[in-house]
Amino acid sequence: MTPVLAAASADAALAFIEIGAVALVLSVLARVAGRLGITAIPLYLLAGLAVGEGGVAPLDVSADFIRLAGEIGVLLLLLTLGLEYSPDELRHGLRSGAVPGIVDGVANFVPGLVIGLVLGWEPAAAALLGGVCWVSSSGVVSKVLADLDRLGNRETPAVLNLLVIEDLAMAVYLPVIGAIIAGTGAGDTIETVAIALVAVGLILTVAMRWGDHLSKLLAPASDEALLLAVFGLTLLIGGLAEKVQVSAAIGAFLVGLALSGSVQARASAVVRPLRDLFAATFFLFFSFSVDPGDLIGVLIPAAVLAVLGIAGKLISGWVAARSLAVGSPGRLRAGAVLIARGEFSIVIAALGATTVDGAELGALAAAYVLITAIAGPLAAKYADRIAEVIPHRT
Amino acid sequence: MTEVTETRLPGVGVRHEFTSAGGERLAVLVLRTGRREIAVYDRADPDVCTTVLHLSSDDTRTLAELLGGGMVSEAVSAVQRLEGVTIDWIRIRERSPQVGATIGERQLRTRTGSSVVAVVRGDETLPAPGPDFVLEAGDVVVAVGTPEGLRQLRDLLDA
Repeated sequence: MTPVLAAASADAALAFIEIGAVALVLSVLARVAGRLGITAIPLYLLAGLAVGEGGVAPLDVSADFIRLAGEIGVLLLLLTLGLEYSPDELRHGLRSGAVPGIVDGVANFVPGLVIGLVLGWEPAAAALLGGVCWVSSSGVVSKVLADLDRLGNRETPAVLNLLVIEDLAMAVYLPVIGAIIAGTGAGDTIETVAIALVAVGLILTVAMRWGDHLSKLLAPASDEALLLAVFGLTLLIGGLAEKVQVSAAIGAFLVGLALSGSVQARASAVVRPLRDLFAATFFLFFSFSVDPGDLIGVLIPAAVLAVLGIAGKLISGWVAARSLAVGSPGRLRAGAVLIARGEFSIVIAALGATTVDGAELGALAAAYVLITAIAGPLAAKYADRIAEVIPHRT
Repeated sequence: MTEVTETRLPGVGVRHEFTSAGGERLAVLVLRTGRREIAVYDRADPDVCTTVLHLSSDDTRTLAELLGGGMVSEAVSAVQRLEGVTIDWIRIRERSPQVGATIGERQLRTRTGSSVVAVVRGDETLPAPGPDFVLEAGDVVVAVGTPEGLRQLRDLLDA
């Protein structure tokens, strides 16, 4: 054994034990979530509270490792969110779903923004809260649709199209909000926002027009080579994006959007296990920094936001399904399945971790995701029964 | 043939819907995961599926064979015993640039290394089409090759 390894081994042994124990706990939580038919994200967040500062079993030596792994987790999470849709689906979604998309944005972003301002937060933090409230969890929504055998339903294309629009909206929202947080003075902010928008426009154009070439370049690679190429590209572009004040997460998201064709499907298949590992670490790490005490303090605003968030998605789903001439029970189903928020909300809250209101924003986002991620799948399951109870006005 | 409506399900797959002669509305969902679902819609409320069948790729093949895709699937089961060789069905869409082109002039085998072993047209299976075989909209091309070659072929034909 080399001296370096020998010296590190005492710490390493402890770190291995901690990380191993945490991973096993997460695995149990993932199984429990699977049984309950919900996403594991809220359970990961609760686990993070338990092992974070002020929790029941705070981690010691492995905290640094978990931080770095968590940050890689965000990049991989956004990479796979970008990979989810092909450029073709994005174009098609934009054409057919602009109106429901706008309704969705207004009905869900504005309440968060207003509550943030009412709480006396800075406008940037309030805008982040708007984002937290806005985006449905595409992971939860597609899983719930599949689990409830609703993929064939008439309202389903409307629901999925809305997710595509939200994905696209994030491609603009994330860099802008990232730049606003990074900028200090008003002039600075305008400059960084402009840089961010130009960068995003450039990458999107390149992706839409020449994404094929990137994909062709990667196509002959074996799974192993492809995994390394995609992983490397994601971290590299993420790092470069961070350098020009566009958050690394956004760079990774755009890499995902740029990959297309058969490479897209293969890339998402090879990256998925890695993503699951690192993303779980990210959710854990996110709630590390949330003080359980803060969580109790934000319960009331979180409950208010959750009610508004549920109402907002019911409106979005109603409008989106109506555009396909679906009847009112179907419109209600569409809204209910969209209620769950998840990965995007936590990523957005994490962007604001360094702001003055970051701690409160983190706690509020955690509570909000906890409520909606559990309420969403339940509401979706019982939507038809709820529709029967509601008086038939239409 | 019955008219089939195709709806994209972004991130999930494609849904093909049609109404049977008996007035029943059916959908076949081709999911990205390779699985298939068959959905039967409620006669009273066309927004809801009353029955959903979940089919693995094996189930799909069995069902297709039972429904009369016999000849092709015999060829498939023979081929699928060879390691590294895969078979794929690729549908030529209505607006595909390949409509009206011959297999030879598109140099499908040279460019992708995959061979077209049969073409299913309507109820008919046309085995071993030659280079002068003209592709029509709605044809299902049955091809054999490496997974990568078939992917390239799909990109060519499905564009």
